[in-house]
Amino acid sequence: MAALTKAELAEKLFEELGLNKREAKDMVDIFFDEIRDSLGRNEQVKLSGFGNFDLRDKRQRPGRNPKTGEEIPISARRVVTFKPGQKLKVRVEAYAGTQPQS
Amino acid sequence: MTKSELIENIVARQPQLSPKDVELAVKTMLDYMSQSLSSGERIEIRGFGSFSLHYRAPRTGRNPKTGETVELKGKYVPHFKPGKELRDQVNDSGEEE
Repeated sequence: MAALTKAELAEKLFEELGLNKREAKDMVDIFFDEIRDSLGRNEQVKLSGFGNFDLRDKRQRPGRNPKTGEEIPISARRVVTFKPGQKLKVRVEAYAGTQPQS
Repeated sequence: MTKSELIENIVARQPQLSPKDVELAVKTMLDYMSQSLSSGERIEIRGFGSFSLHYRAPRTGRNPKTGETVELKGKYVPHFKPGKELRDQVNDSGEEE
């Protein structure tokens, strides 16, 4: 199935809000840039109704190159996790699709 | 950062738009994204990441208070996979200079 992209989000803003094409495209770009910048500053992002983007610090752990079998430690890192909000969870749970997405 | 702070930040970068329009745009985008996911459509934002649905198989659960068993139906849950740019930006912020 086709995926929703930035182009479609911009098209929606053009159609529904009457932003011009340039403004709509900029709006979508800035929206995701701002979320990414906030996370890059180690600041959690909370979008009520949709969900929270949280940050977690992972310690170094042992890893292995799956091709060669060689042991290489996976370095300590900070990762983003998404915790869907209640409203989004309820909406998605109701999806009666028969084909789980891969 | 909350939704209202996000709106303020966008307004600061798009001064030709009214705060009201920016607020409406943010709500429209989030609603459209929720709607896509709940109709089973993935979301792919280059440089940011992708949202998809993960299936949770039916299982027998237990009410922790009463110990009673309950049959839980299969369901879908939203899943986010950060894109490379986002992963790198977040990980770099944690490095000691």
